[in-house]
Amino acid sequence: MTYITKPVAHHPALPRNALGLTHRDYEASMSTLCAGCGHDSITAAIIEACYEMDLPAHRIAKLSGIGCSSKTPTYFLGRSHGFNSVHGRMPSVTTGANMANRDLVYIGISGDGDTASIGLGQFAHAVRRKLNMSYIVMNNGCYGLTKGQFSATNDKNSPSKKGEANPFDAIDLCQMAIQLGAGFVARSFSGDKKQLIPLIKAAISYKGFAFLDVISPCVTFNNHPTSTKSFDYVRAHNLASENKLDYVEPKEEITVSYAEGTTAAVTLHDGSKLLLNKLDGAHDFRDPDEAILTIRRNASKGQVATGLLYVNETGEDLHDALATTDRPLNEIPVSELCPGSKALDSINARFR
Amino acid sequence: MSGTNDFVIKFATVNGSGSASANTIFAKTLFRMGIPVSPKNIFPSNIQGLPTWYEVRVSEAGYMARRDGIDMMVAMNPQTYANDVAELVSGGWLLYDSTMPRLWQRTDITVLGLPIAEICAKIWKDARQRQLFKNMVYVGALTALLDMDVKVLEGVVGDQLKGKEKLLAANMQAVAIGREYAQANFQCPLPIKVRHAEGAKGKIMLTGNEAAGLGAVYAGATVCAWYPITPSTSLAEGYEKHARRFRVTKDGKRNYAIVQAEDELAAIGVAIGGGWNGARSFTATSGPGISLMSEFLGLAYFAEIPVVLYNIQRGGPSTGMPTRTGQPDIISCAYASHGDTKHVLLFPASPTECFSMSADAFDLAERLQTPVMMLSDLDIGMNDWMTEPLAWDDNWVADRGKVLSREELEGFAKAKGRPWGRYQDVDGDAIPYRTLPGTHETMGSYFTRGTSHDENARYTEDGTIHARILDRIRRKFDTAATLVPKPEITTRDAGGKTGLIYFGATRPAVLEALDYLERDGVKVNALRLKAFPFTEEVKAFCAAHDRIFVVEQNRDAQMRQLLMVEAEVPQEKLIATLNYDGTPMTANFVRQAVLKQLQPAKAQAAE
Repeated sequence: MTYITKPVAHHPALPRNALGLTHRDYEASMSTLCAGCGHDSITAAIIEACYEMDLPAHRIAKLSGIGCSSKTPTYFLGRSHGFNSVHGRMPSVTTGANMANRDLVYIGISGDGDTASIGLGQFAHAVRRKLNMSYIVMNNGCYGLTKGQFSATNDKNSPSKKGEANPFDAIDLCQMAIQLGAGFVARSFSGDKKQLIPLIKAAISYKGFAFLDVISPCVTFNNHPTSTKSFDYVRAHNLASENKLDYVEPKEEITVSYAEGTTAAVTLHDGSKLLLNKLDGAHDFRDPDEAILTIRRNASKGQVATGLLYVNETGEDLHDALATTDRPLNEIPVSELCPGSKALDSINARFR
Repeated sequence: MSGTNDFVIKFATVNGSGSASANTIFAKTLFRMGIPVSPKNIFPSNIQGLPTWYEVRVSEAGYMARRDGIDMMVAMNPQTYANDVAELVSGGWLLYDSTMPRLWQRTDITVLGLPIAEICAKIWKDARQRQLFKNMVYVGALTALLDMDVKVLEGVVGDQLKGKEKLLAANMQAVAIGREYAQANFQCPLPIKVRHAEGAKGKIMLTGNEAAGLGAVYAGATVCAWYPITPSTSLAEGYEKHARRFRVTKDGKRNYAIVQAEDELAAIGVAIGGGWNGARSFTATSGPGISLMSEFLGLAYFAEIPVVLYNIQRGGPSTGMPTRTGQPDIISCAYASHGDTKHVLLFPASPTECFSMSADAFDLAERLQTPVMMLSDLDIGMNDWMTEPLAWDDNWVADRGKVLSREELEGFAKAKGRPWGRYQDVDGDAIPYRTLPGTHETMGSYFTRGTSHDENARYTEDGTIHARILDRIRRKFDTAATLVPKPEITTRDAGGKTGLIYFGATRPAVLEALDYLERDGVKVNALRLKAFPFTEEVKAFCAAHDRIFVVEQNRDAQMRQLLMVEAEVPQEKLIATLNYDGTPMTANFVRQAVLKQLQPAKAQAAE
């Protein structure tokens, strides 16, 4: 069996969102990943986020590259169009799709091999172009589908399951994203649903390039006690303390209350807000230099800084740079786009 | 044989010295005098300093192929003197800058010494001006030597300097100086000269790349991604230039989107993403780009995504000859990507066709849900061709193919008798129905993938299903063969058994050669391919002829191979006729190749 569908029957008492849809309506086929895979938790978080945001699934396009992570779009949002492209090339396909129709929500799913190795160039340039999308990396430090080779995000001091040392430094995708001009950069952990769901919601609401690096342990090949991408290690070293998050939809009132002076609100393009309860020592997440410094300082101590790392609220995207018309290009009839025979007279005259 | 309105003149200059615009002015002046001209720019992969040539064939008879035998050489580059002089025909003329006089070995040519640097140094103070006006001085000398119409020339210069009118007087002063010097010192006009004619009347002169870019605007393309590569760059730039003129809304917004990608992989990826999402989407590249795009082309083929790719061919393999022409990518495009693939190819033969075939390319891509590649080349793409004016049929309706609207999706099961599935062959033409993201809340979503899939786009590792899908996609190619442009057939000998197959930029050379061959007593029927897969007409032509010359610009006779494999033409019938030195083909080459086979004695005599 190479494709496992889920039964369509719903329990009548399942709660429904504002669109009258249940959780199940945001699910898709069964996961074929290993039992306990961190990626399945991220899949669940995406489903939860879209359900709670009342997003019409058919207005979302989900795209991916190749690898375990890139398989996950088959497991969420069955009512959305999906595109499992070629290895490392999800960013370019998403760029073209977005150019053709600026009105859809674009969720790109990639892995650490897909993004930090084969797709590093495409990743960098999609960031640079401020493509309006949520780019989620399911980061486990290894190549799962080809049985556990190191990826470029695996820490230098983190050995393989067989005890083989990793001789190379890790690429930190969040630092790269900030340096390249991403407007929204966050890191999270597949085991921290409370943090992950509001971050996914905020990433979707953000206009521009929203980057989310989610550490997602590979239970089969990179979850041994000496791995820095294992559940235990990340739990023990996760500075989720960077900021505690709440996502508030445009229509909602802010009800969460934190001690005075410790709360910051990030207003997103659609009017929603991300409330951050900043703890002692947290950096100014509007300052890219401080964000990079925070990541580096913590990493040097073996700690993983998670939460919202950087945000630029001006929210510019590729279409602003290209001055594209507001109407999705794929909706303009060819008859309107063709200049017609009259215009050729003056063109021909110029070539005489 | 050369004479009035019938000669070849070649300019040997240095890249970056400003000679290109002077040479264009020269050719355009003859064109506006109504004389058919065919300029070929032979340029180095360099911005400044290396030798460059500009060859202009003048032919009142309207023969526009490159011709061997240079009648006049304007030798402005001492670096290449030796070769340039050697190229001249016996009895030809050499015009050179005699500020530094030379002794020339050849006694069978007329040397015309014009002290250009000396003259310019006297008149202009600024070093750059001295350099630039040198070019206009030799153009001025040519007006006297060739009896050109100076009024027409002034009009051309004026058009070139639109917005910089101050420079017109200085340029015309340079022309006058050269002209007066020639009149005073040389026998003017020469036996090769020009006169007003009719052959170029009503024609236009433009490059294939600009025409193709404009064609993409007319065809309704809205998404373009490209990566700079010679000789295709000017195509994307042409698209942008014309889109800026015709595709901007009242509020200054653009009805198009162009991205200069980070590499060719991204360029085709963007184009495929746009096609997947329902925009007419394209990229332009050349040989090395095809190699890089191959993986993605296989994805678009297998996942059935429309996309248009312009391949402006150049000399390969590897980096090869980036600034020389050729047709060496036939096989790499026909079968681009790993696995079993076959792609639809179009072969425009002129800038006018680059324009008109663009609409065909986008229609076919969307109708067939597959990549369509337009195989142009450097000669068509970057040289100014005298060609028919561009024409557009306002009754044309774009064929957007089988894309289901919301209503069609809802009514699909009822109308077609079975539920919709992305890769179901409902109509028997092997073309399935597709849906675009965002069409319907609950219907029509599917998963596009390069992994093997069943008729409902679901992942599969079932070999039977995999083979079934591959077979259907191959059958789609049969449908393609009924839709692509039909060949152009020139019958010179009804019932005759000798044929010739050609395509693309060799058209002028072949048509001219057919005239010469007829004079030699050899009548040859010719077929110009416009597309792959081969249509019935191509197969019928091959069946009707016993000996078929296949004229192409590559080493391995790639089109001949394709005819053997895909049209099942017996290989003994097909005579490879090949030129791959990077220069545009000449009629004499084709004539000789045919004569060598059919009348060896005559061929030897004509050598």
